[in-house]
Amino acid sequence: MAEDSKPRVRVPRSATAGEAFEIKTLISHKMESGQRKDSDGNTIPRSIINHFSCDFNGENVIQVILQGAISTNPYFQFEAVIQESGTFTFTWNDDNGSVYTDSKDITVG
Amino acid sequence: MSFTRRDTLVMGAGAAAATMLPMSSLAGAWEDAIAAFADGGEITDGGVELTAPEIAENGNTVPISVSAPGAVAITVLASGNPNPEVVEFQFGPLAGAQSGSTRCRLAGTQDLYALAKMPDGSVRQAIATVKVTIGGCGG
Repeated sequence: MAEDSKPRVRVPRSATAGEAFEIKTLISHKMESGQRKDSDGNTIPRSIINHFSCDFNGENVIQVILQGAISTNPYFQFEAVIQESGTFTFTWNDDNGSVYTDSKDITVG
Repeated sequence: MSFTRRDTLVMGAGAAAATMLPMSSLAGAWEDAIAAFADGGEITDGGVELTAPEIAENGNTVPISVSAPGAVAITVLASGNPNPEVVEFQFGPLAGAQSGSTRCRLAGTQDLYALAKMPDGSVRQAIATVKVTIGGCGG
């Protein structure tokens, strides 16, 4: 499903230094939980994104450990606080070893 | 696929029996998960907020959000899911607030637990009951 996993991230273009603001992320992924069975009664193997992290200029903002109980197209909303302009990088790690990334620039002013 | 009267009765009885099965039949897994996260720390109520709908029509996407000022990590456990772990947020130095929102799957009506780990190793707990109309495990 690697080719179908499209990350979408919403970060404000600018922020005030030291003031928390909201970041929203969404990535398309079917998040097969490993609980479902196909029409023949065989368990469909788990295939999910198991880790997400958001960093700013190399410093960590948040890490999320995902389990099978996270819905299809995992969505996260969290807050960050920064002191200078820079780049947010977002990383999603798939069970199959794929890594999806996205980045957003932000200006402090 | 057509249902005969007999099929319908059997299915109805099965569904009723399934609903009445106590969720506690799965107890153990989530209690272990709580103990594993607490890691010997003392668990107290309060200090963490768990926002979840009282009634979720679709167990496949239940919006939840957690918040615990000062926490290092927050985990959410679903006591009635086959695997109790739902999500764990670990906050880095640039986190603006120790809060996070996501959407999760719930197998049925159950209690959700939010556990927040504080820097001193203590653990804060919040519980929310969510009524689920259609379970999210896909049978």
